Amino acid sequence: MSELNSMSNQAPESPERRRFVGAATAVAGLAIAPGVMLYQVAHGRPDDQSASSAVRWGMLVDSTKCASGCNDCVSACSTENGWTPVAESKHPRQAPQWIRKLELEDPLTQMETNLPMMCQHCAEPPCVDVCPTGASFKRADGIVLVNRHTCIGCRYCMMACPYKARSLVHEPLNDTQKPDVPRGMGCVEACTFCVQKVDRGDGNTACAEACAAAGHNALLFGDMNDPESGISRRLRELPTKQVRADLNLNLGVRYHGI
Amino acid sequence: MAGKIKSLLALGAVVLTTAALAWAGADAPAQASGAPKPAITKAVKGEQCVEDIDFMRRNHMKLLNHQRDKTVIEGVRTKKHSLKECIECHASEKTGSVAAARDDFCVSCHSYAAVKIDCFECHSTKPQGPMSMHPLNAETVRYKHKLAARTTSGVSAQEMAGVAQ
Repeated sequence: MSELNSMSNQAPESPERRRFVGAATAVAGLAIAPGVMLYQVAHGRPDDQSASSAVRWGMLVDSTKCASGCNDCVSACSTENGWTPVAESKHPRQAPQWIRKLELEDPLTQMETNLPMMCQHCAEPPCVDVCPTGASFKRADGIVLVNRHTCIGCRYCMMACPYKARSLVHEPLNDTQKPDVPRGMGCVEACTFCVQKVDRGDGNTACAEACAAAGHNALLFGDMNDPESGISRRLRELPTKQVRADLNLNLGVRYHGI
Repeated sequence: MAGKIKSLLALGAVVLTTAALAWAGADAPAQASGAPKPAITKAVKGEQCVEDIDFMRRNHMKLLNHQRDKTVIEGVRTKKHSLKECIECHASEKTGSVAAARDDFCVSCHSYAAVKIDCFECHSTKPQGPMSMHPLNAETVRYKHKLAARTTSGVSAQEMAGVAQ
């Protein structure tokens, strides 16, 4: 009984309260050292500094600019992170998919919508809630990751994810991994917002770079906590939606035009 | 009389023990020479490891375990104790890897000690970018004298393929 009591005393803060505290901290940070914060955002953080919750990485997908038939974001992701494209896989139904392109059609009006779907980097991720080993976790800067050192490949997170964003590696990879992106058989994986690039200070993901290079500019990556960042400005201007907003997960990926 | 027998027995015991020890001592080196010693090659790049060699031989796994949690969970990417940097220096110039052949840096000791490592189930065994041993790579020119001085091993990569994993 006493255990139950102590557990109820340690109940997690409500999302609203967390957001309020977060916002208050961010405002305080701005008031104290605006120059320092802008410098950090522009140039990345030093190697020895851990990811900070002052930053929340996010992505804005403008589906009105996402071109039909274009697959550049998917192939860029596969090249950067070293996963085999589904079309080249021996077992396409099992093949890992970090990002996939969806082409939707409204059955009444035949209006077509194009959009990429990947891990939505929820602020309240269901995959983290269900993970029995703590391998699925949210980094301080809002990136949801799998710690492969503790992942046992049970796939609860794949069941829990409303976006079908996660995959299991079914087959040995035989040393084909990228040095920056370790991945292996028996572990679950998903979009990492190109965490290796973010930590390097690139401030962009492979998919967003490829989209810009193709001239579509449908993907915009940035810090949603910084009111002056490109993504925050666009989010202020455009009407955006969260997919399955009813789940109240506070997503890191927002869509315009769906 | 009883005292004499006792002392004789004691003498016999001493002689037997000494003989057994001498025999064991003579046998021990023969056994050790039977097992193939690990071929520890000096790193191609760099002059000095990030810690003392003795310390690294005993404690590299502790450093790597600590660093992996700092990197994955907190996003700290210091280079000093990172596996990627180990591979960067220690990849063999023959296979370009630390664990592809029997003689490669990680595998040669680990197979001798019979300790299985899981690192390379997920991590790449090769350094990033172009092969450090590529003849046209400007970076290699600086190490050419070291590469030439290195003795070559008779074990082929194909012969030992599969031992690594």
